[in-house]
Amino acid sequence: MKVITANFVTCAVKECKTSPASFPLHFNDAELEQQELDFQPEFIRNILPRIDWEALRTISNELGFPSLPESKPEEEALNNEQTLKDLHRLLLETHVTEGKLTCGNCGHSYMIKEGIANFLLPSHLV
Amino acid sequence: MDYLVRFAQLHETFRRPEIEACATIAGVDIEIITYNEYSPYCVVRLPDEAAARAVAKRSILIKDIFELWGEGTNYEELHADVHRRTQHRWDDYNAVPFKFTVDYFAGTRSQVKKGEIIRSFSYMGFKGPIRLTNPDEEFFVMEEYIDDYEVSVTGVSRTEDPRKIYLSRKIADSCREDVLKYDLKKRRYISTTSMDAELSLITANMALAAPGKLFFDPFVGTGSFIVAASHFGALTLGADIDGRSFRGKEIGKLGIYENFDQYGLKSKFVDTFTSDLTNTPLRRTAVLDGIVCDPPYGVREGLRVLGNRKGKPAVNVIIDGVPAYLRPGFVPPKKPYGFEALQNDVLNFAVRSLVPNGRLSMWMPTTNDEKTEFPVPMHQNLEIVSISVQHFNTWSRRLITYRRLPEGQLSDITLARKKIDDQGTSADDLNAFRRMHMLRGHGTRVGKDQKTTE
Repeated sequence: MKVITANFVTCAVKECKTSPASFPLHFNDAELEQQELDFQPEFIRNILPRIDWEALRTISNELGFPSLPESKPEEEALNNEQTLKDLHRLLLETHVTEGKLTCGNCGHSYMIKEGIANFLLPSHLV
Repeated sequence: MDYLVRFAQLHETFRRPEIEACATIAGVDIEIITYNEYSPYCVVRLPDEAAARAVAKRSILIKDIFELWGEGTNYEELHADVHRRTQHRWDDYNAVPFKFTVDYFAGTRSQVKKGEIIRSFSYMGFKGPIRLTNPDEEFFVMEEYIDDYEVSVTGVSRTEDPRKIYLSRKIADSCREDVLKYDLKKRRYISTTSMDAELSLITANMALAAPGKLFFDPFVGTGSFIVAASHFGALTLGADIDGRSFRGKEIGKLGIYENFDQYGLKSKFVDTFTSDLTNTPLRRTAVLDGIVCDPPYGVREGLRVLGNRKGKPAVNVIIDGVPAYLRPGFVPPKKPYGFEALQNDVLNFAVRSLVPNGRLSMWMPTTNDEKTEFPVPMHQNLEIVSISVQHFNTWSRRLITYRRLPEGQLSDITLARKKIDDQGTSADDLNAFRRMHMLRGHGTRVGKDQKTTE
């Protein structure tokens, strides 16, 4: 599961959706892998406005990466190739192969195995 | 300028919506001047040759595109139209190496007659060398006759002479040959429900897949749609309630990823995860440019969501002091779900997740019987862009494309039948399509769900 995907998902439990504590889900026991991909700056430019920057900073910290700037790069900063490359590396080239994602609201954990997160809920949480 | 499109003569109801989508992707205005469902030829108006090239380059159902030099219902009319449209341009072409071809739809001409037809255009004064391979310019006389299919459907009678004749200069081929590249027979990872390459690519076109965009398929299966969207440059995500469908059986390999690898699209693959659309983990915010999907119909694959069947109480089962759901190999219970409920869930999900003007292209089955046809699902925040139909023997399926309206705009949904799902708990009770399809001539039948839960 890539870091970008962690920015788009929250707890699958309906009641958690409205709670600020449910996002971002927190990584535990995460095993990381880097994978080199073609650099796609147009995708980073398009997707960055939809990224929750605070959540990305939290997750980046939890995964042990150097701190991201306090505010999201915008306009001029998006012409800086190094900025785009760094974001490309973090969002698309970094993925969690094993570990757990835990909701800060209900405490439910979702397993990640072989890079695939399982968001299915047991029936008492549906 | 007017251009002549030569379509593939199949998937007829997809052709116009697809070229309109291709024009939207290319960012050009297109006006369809003449279109006949029984003919491969269609005249369109586009700003310039670059626009014509761009539209054709993205289209699966166009074969090739031409600059229209003249049209008529007989040769006299055609020659007059050629004079009127292009006389001032003949000099520009009088020295270039060229080729002149007579082509026809549902007709035939002898070599001698073809020669006569070609010579009848000698007034244009082309003196350049005739080159049959790699000519600089290629001119086509295209004759359209009435084919047997049209005769059988409309009862018109076949005529000896062509109904329509065009003269045109070739501009570009389409990307139709990509259909062969993505042929399921040559794909590493497929299943019985994989969508064929041609319709997958068309679906991706309808939803405007393009570089820089993020696309999602909530019923990803073996990934036919997201592979197609990624072929056109989109980065893609997929989810499925059954993780086995995209993982495959080979240990240590992710089946769906094998397909991205095969086509050199690894950089376009974002993620797949196991989830249920009705209980989706995706945030309630607009992050997707496009959604492409073929939701389960409950016929070949089960139409299920998370939850217990038949009112079994939802309790947290504890085994040996550990909640069952934390034990290895836990499979969450699933229950049958309504056919219309699922489609409404897809629409509601699209409204929440698509950026303004983002598109949802969704397949849905229906019957061939007009009396029991299933209504097209509607939502006031979604505009229906197009509806195309693929007919099978006893049923049909529709590809419906919606556009997420920007906030403040609403579409008219008064035509939508407010319909609640049939009552009940078994797959057959809930799913009218499944009933129509499975019970054809069999009367009632005991469903699997009834057997296992009673």
